[in-house]
This record gives sequence, C-alpha cells and structure tokens, in this order.
Amino acid sequence: MPQRISRDDVASVAKLARLQLTDDELDRATSQLGDILDHAADMASLDLDGVEPTSHPYPLANVLRDDIAVPSLSRDEVLAAAPSAEAGMFRVPPVIGEEP
Amino acid sequence: MTALQVAAQIRSGERTSVEVTQESLDAIAGRDDDLGAFLLVTDEHALSAAAAVDASIAAGDAVGPLAGVPIAIKDNMCTRGIPTTCASRILEGWTPPYDATVVQRLAAAGLVLVGKTNMDEFAMGSSTENSAYQVTRNPHDATRVPGGSSGGSAAAVASGMVPLALGSDTGGSIRQPAALCGVVGVKPTYGAVSRFGLVAYASSLDQIGPFAADVADAAALLEAIAGHDPADSTSIPAPFPAVSAHLGDGVDGLRIGLPVEFLGEGIAPDVRRRVEAAAEALSAAGAKVAETSVPAVAQALSAYYIVAPAEASSNLSRFDGVRFGLRVEAATTPEMYDLTRTQGFGHEVKNRIMLGTYALSAGYYDAYYGTAQKVRTLLLRDLAAAYSEFDVLMTPTSPTTAFRIGEMVDDPLTMYLQDVCTIPTNLAGHPAMSVPFGVGDDGLPVGVQVLAPALGEVDMFRVAAVLEAATKSEPTIGTEGAA
Repeated sequence: MPQRISRDDVASVAKLARLQLTDDELDRATSQLGDILDHAADMASLDLDGVEPTSHPYPLANVLRDDIAVPSLSRDEVLAAAPSAEAGMFRVPPVIGEEP
Repeated sequence: MTALQVAAQIRSGERTSVEVTQESLDAIAGRDDDLGAFLLVTDEHALSAAAAVDASIAAGDAVGPLAGVPIAIKDNMCTRGIPTTCASRILEGWTPPYDATVVQRLAAAGLVLVGKTNMDEFAMGSSTENSAYQVTRNPHDATRVPGGSSGGSAAAVASGMVPLALGSDTGGSIRQPAALCGVVGVKPTYGAVSRFGLVAYASSLDQIGPFAADVADAAALLEAIAGHDPADSTSIPAPFPAVSAHLGDGVDGLRIGLPVEFLGEGIAPDVRRRVEAAAEALSAAGAKVAETSVPAVAQALSAYYIVAPAEASSNLSRFDGVRFGLRVEAATTPEMYDLTRTQGFGHEVKNRIMLGTYALSAGYYDAYYGTAQKVRTLLLRDLAAAYSEFDVLMTPTSPTTAFRIGEMVDDPLTMYLQDVCTIPTNLAGHPAMSVPFGVGDDGLPVGVQVLAPALGEVDMFRVAAVLEAATKSEPTIGTEGAA
C-alpha cells in the first residue's frame, strides 16, 4: 500500500472534485481519510495474483433496445426544475473570464 | 394488524383507504415532531390517491394484495411533482419531472404514498445523523439512532406511523436500520428491483427494498416492486420468484450455515447470543444448521469503502448547479461549480467524494480500486463455496444494538464498522434480509440477518418466516412493538 495520504494529496483531490476546504476541514479530512485508507491496507495481506477484477455483480453487457423513438421527458418540465434557464436551454454564468 | 390484513379489510369494504390513510397521517402528525422520520408529508396527494383506490374497489376492479395501504419512501427516489432531496442541501427545492419505476409500481399496486423519509445525505451513513435537515430518533429510545442510511423509513414503520416503507441499501442501509428499529428489512438480489429514478450513490451496489413490521408484508411489497424494467440496463430480464407462495414451506431439511467470521470478535456478546438462539430455533424446526467459513469477508469492508466512494465520486459529479437543485451564483461557471458543491454537500459526502477521487486517481488506482475489485472476486468465490454446502447463511445484521445519537459522528471509521456484516452481500449482488429476533441486554431490538445466493429469495423468506414464528411462540424472545 502507498504512503499515508498527505495534506497536499487531500488538497489536490478536493480541487479535482471541485470542493473548497477550509484549513480546519483539510486537517480533519486528512486525518479521517488516512484512517480509512490505513484500514484498507488489510487488502494487501491477500494473494491476489491472477485474480480477475469484478466491477459489477452481474455481467449484463450490451443491453440494447429496438431503435424506435419513444416519448421522453418534457423539456419545459426539466428546465422548470433548473436553477436558471433561457430560450429552451440551461443558463450558466460565463465559462471563461470576466462578465461580457 | 398487518398491511395485508388492512388491505383485505379495504377490499371487503369494512374500511376505506381514505380512513386508513387519514389514520396514518394523524399518527404522523401526532408522533413525528418527536421522531423526525419524515422530511415531507404528502397529505393532499395521499388522500386523493386513497380516494381513487376506494373508487376503483367500489367499481369492482381487481386490485393487488396491498391496495389502499399507506406507504412512506426514502427521499432518494424520484417523485414527479413532489420534492426529492436525498437529505442534501444541494437538492433543496428540486422537484423531479418523473417518477422512479418503483414509485410507478407502488401506484399501480394501489399503495398510497404518505411521505418521503429522512436519510443520511445521499445514503452515506449508518445513523441518519448525516441528514442536512434533521435528526431521526429511534422509536424504542429517543436518545438512540434509528440506524441508517434509511433511518427515517425504519423509524416510520417501527413507530406504526405507516405499515410499510421503501429504503435503499448500498452497504446495509435497509437491513441495519431495520435491525436497530426492530422491523423486517430486505435487500433484494441486485437487479431484482429497478434503480430507474433512484438517485445513484454506488451504482453497482445500490438496491431498493422493503421495510415492514412483518415478513409476509415485506414479501408482498417486494413482489409489488420487483421485476424487469427496460429503463434500468442492470435489471434482471426474468420474472421475480414468487416468495409469498412459499412463506409457509418451513425449513425442514434446509441447510443453514453460520459464518464463524461473524460470531466472534467485533460482535457484541448479547447480539451473538440472539444469533445462536435463532440457530437453535431453526434446528428445532428441522433445518440442518452448521458453522462455516467465508474468509474473504474479513477484507470486504475495506473493499467496500474503496468501491462505493469511487462510484460515488463519479455519480455525484452531476451535482454542479447547472441542471437541478442548488446553485450558488458566481462570476464564472467554474467558480459556480466550486461554490455550489462546497456549500451544497455535507462533510461526510465530501469525504467520500474525495476518497473515491483519490482511489481512482493515477498512481493509486491499482493499489486501491483495482485491489478492491479483486477482493470482490475473492468474496464471490468464497460465497459460492459456502453456497455449495448451504442453502442460506445467517449472521447478526449489526454488531450492536442501536447506539447513542452523537456517539460516532466524529469517527467515521468506527461508524463504517457498523456495516461489517451487511457489506459482503452488496459486493456480491446477493439478497439478504434482517428479521427482528428479540432484544439485547439493553432491551433494544436485535436483528438476525439471513443471506442467500442471487435470486435465492424464496429460501431466504422461508427462514425469515420460521424465525418470526419462533419469536411469536416463545414469550422469552418477545419482540415488543414500539408503537
């Protein structure tokens, strides 16, 4: 198992997950995630050479349906539940840079 | 009175669904201020749905065995026109534009939705303390948790406010609260019940299932919601076994294994004694009970707390302030994402998202996620070996009776250990259920867990029915209702 997760590691995954942590939250998360990952080290005691991974309990691959159009959700209802919508689309703040 | 008996009275015209539903709503109004089981009570919707069932019965329509009975559902199942929060700030005020398949099936079966129940935020927790909205109390002792994450549904049934409820179970979230509240809780075979419209936590583990005060009610409710659904690509494309028809078959000759891994360290002695008493009751009823071993369960908890957060980190990326729920306004979209997720998610959800992101990240994938997937394979092998000798397995549901509110909130690892007996079932995709079997030294309910291989629900329910009968026939076991 790798080294215990560091404060910098936690700050890095928080950024990847688009979460902002205060200094206190970062300390707490570093300690708690470290405990959980240390516990996970017991998996290293197993002989897993040649064992295939299981990603899903039932290998139901390629579930297809006939290519026939069926009714879908009402666009108006979906947009009515969104934080902001305009002209039949979700509205978001500017993606890059300053307000135009 | 059981849900099936109430439904029979409604069909016979002795009572109406409106009367029964009003009684349930009155019970909620009278009791839930103290318990906190409900996030939302759907009074008007319920009474109009009940009136429709009454009209249908009066018109002579054929209705299902539970028609007219009130039910509560966990607030992570989408209900069209009715808010669905997952007990998270990030979904506050969101009203889904569609019904989950289970919600459609409940309506088709004539069940009457009276409310949405409290839960750990996004089903992440074992005590319902992670709800962003309220604490739910155990009906047997208000200072104790009801278990989780489906604690609201368990408390709602245990208190008699509703006869039936639905929960979801990713690592024990139906069975553990059922055990702690003294009711029946079932996690069906993965794929038996559609997940369409269930807000995803860990998609390869999540499964919806019933809570009831009684084994026969749980079987009837499971039959009402199970079966293939084209809207869920992981739905089993075959009919669900007829469990109700075999409830009275007994256990004569059935082979029941007791995994030694769940009879020693980490299990409270009073809980272990209840499992031993259950084994004696089953032997007395003709079952062949023996100890067995499923070695890989020792590492199942570790595998689960890698796999589930990994899947959660992916599933919860959809909560970004664009399409539903909370948005915290900001000058740019990337800042809006950050602020929305930071303010919208609670502490435990953030922890699991970060844990999953880490376990999937370059450099750590093989050590954590890849290893956990291999442990999952070993567990499936060990369980298959056990099921070559036994028809069902039996363990405690939870290592202890209900713990105190606040006791574990700052220690997630200890909280995670609550799930040690229930997690292997989810990793394997198998069914398991918790059946009340007396009380511990503190007088609080103990649940015994019955496990079966995939689609082994018929044998599982046969065992549950015999255990339930044993608690009724032996006053020393006595499971008193809390209501």
